[in-house]
Amino acid sequence: MKELIHFLGENIELLYILILSIFVGIEVIGHVPSVLHTPLMSGANAIHGVVIVGAIIVMLDTADDNYLGLALGFIAVILGTLNVVGGFVVTDRMLEMFKKKKK
Amino acid sequence: MDGITQIYILWIIYLIASVLFVVGLKMLSGPETARNGNLVAALGMGLAIIGTIFIHPGKEASAMKLGLIFGGIAIGTVVGWLTAKRVQMTKMPELVSMFNGMGGACAALISLIEYPHYADSPKRVLLTITLGLLIGSISFSGSIIAYLKLNGTLNKPYRLPSYNIVNAVLVLITIALIIAILFVPALNTYPVIFGLLALSLLYGVLFVLPIGGADMPVVISLLNSFTGVAAAFGGFLYNNQVMLTGGILVGSAGTLLTIVMCKAMNRPLFNVIFGAFGGGTAAVDTSTTGGSVKDISTTDLATLMFYSKRVVIVPGYGLAVAQAQQIIRELETILEENGVEVKYAIHPVAGRMPGHMNVLLAESNVPYEKLVEMDDINPEFPTTDVVFVVGANDVVNPAAKTNPASPIYGMPILDVEQAHHIIVNKRSMNAGYAGIDNELFYNPKTSMLFGDAKKALTDLVNELKTM
Repeated sequence: MKELIHFLGENIELLYILILSIFVGIEVIGHVPSVLHTPLMSGANAIHGVVIVGAIIVMLDTADDNYLGLALGFIAVILGTLNVVGGFVVTDRMLEMFKKKKK
Repeated sequence: MDGITQIYILWIIYLIASVLFVVGLKMLSGPETARNGNLVAALGMGLAIIGTIFIHPGKEASAMKLGLIFGGIAIGTVVGWLTAKRVQMTKMPELVSMFNGMGGACAALISLIEYPHYADSPKRVLLTITLGLLIGSISFSGSIIAYLKLNGTLNKPYRLPSYNIVNAVLVLITIALIIAILFVPALNTYPVIFGLLALSLLYGVLFVLPIGGADMPVVISLLNSFTGVAAAFGGFLYNNQVMLTGGILVGSAGTLLTIVMCKAMNRPLFNVIFGAFGGGTAAVDTSTTGGSVKDISTTDLATLMFYSKRVVIVPGYGLAVAQAQQIIRELETILEENGVEVKYAIHPVAGRMPGHMNVLLAESNVPYEKLVEMDDINPEFPTTDVVFVVGANDVVNPAAKTNPASPIYGMPILDVEQAHHIIVNKRSMNAGYAGIDNELFYNPKTSMLFGDAKKALTDLVNELKTM
């Protein structure tokens, strides 16, 4: 029990971020028209590509002679970038069409 | 600049990036601002990435490592950019699923690489790593299966006998393994971590495999939020705020979106994941419907439409597969020129994802205001002369209202049978994507126009031009 309280106490700022982000996430897309569901899902898909930041940190923290770590980190960077770039570009392509017919 | 100032600068950059994510997501949910919203979020991502590469404190980054990082980013950018630019819009749901899987794999790899460095850390750190691995892997293998299902490679729901029990047992074993890794030091080793990886990947496969194609959008949305959560675990591990906010935002927004989609289909999430859809139950249904269908010739249809006041087109994925978006736009133009009012009835789950059909029709310049959502068009069907169903099936299946035994029972549908004439274009009498028969085809008011959508529509347009 003490361990749990300490865990919560030591991470209280992260917990604030966590809980407020949950509410923001729900609030922000609360009234989205169904027309935009797909682009929104695709845009959100690109945003979780932020995991690329973790991949970069892994690379920076891995020792120069840890070849396996570097190789896996390299792959992680590629995959994360795919998620980010592909995600944003495909979302833009979807939304481009919405704009055109608006004139 | 001293170290602490650097870190503070990085934190401020992360703060700005997080705000840009929130603003971007908010803008994405309005049609006017959506495109800029996407760019705003992308800007935030760019800031976070550049900030991390150049300011992240730690060991002196060697030229080799920086080279690998930039090389990886370059490869990912080129491949991601080209794939996203070249893919046909009909294939877009698969692509979103694939990119989602990449993110999941990235999160899982981070956990794999970091495990040895944190093996002796407190339990909460180990828990973060194992959960990141678990969820990232499920998201990866699940997305790949969803991808294969959407592109037709795996077109049948595969179901192990009593797969719900198998899956439940698998979940329990996985949880037990994580607890064991935390509390039994002898099991806190790399091979056991790989065991966990294998189990998670297997679970991802078995989780998506039995789910029918019609429910795939919901699954992708769910896996999308999974990847968000996996990214957030990375944020916990590194105390990295931008990963945390970005991941959680997507996790909660994705979950809400999943629920909204389930509501649109009137299927509780629980049923999507654990319930049967298509396959087994479909066979039973098929025998209950029957009767004869009648054909209509292109000439008759052209005449019928030409002298109608109101025509409503119900587009489905079949239209997109046949690449007939352009020609249906042409049909609309010709009819409008002759004083026929034309609208499109868009079911919330038309196509393969909610909103997919809007994107496809927008691509062929169909005006925004002609795309009418289900709740707005349903009251108009009784005064509609001709409903033209092109490549849609399940979204107009009256069994959703009348047959409690049907797997789609309870899903709101387009009430096309209230129109005066119903014309259905299909390639054959095959059942729809959900694998169930449609009694609409046997309705006395219904006529079938068999053939490939593109060819049938081209013939129809040519016929109309001569009138």
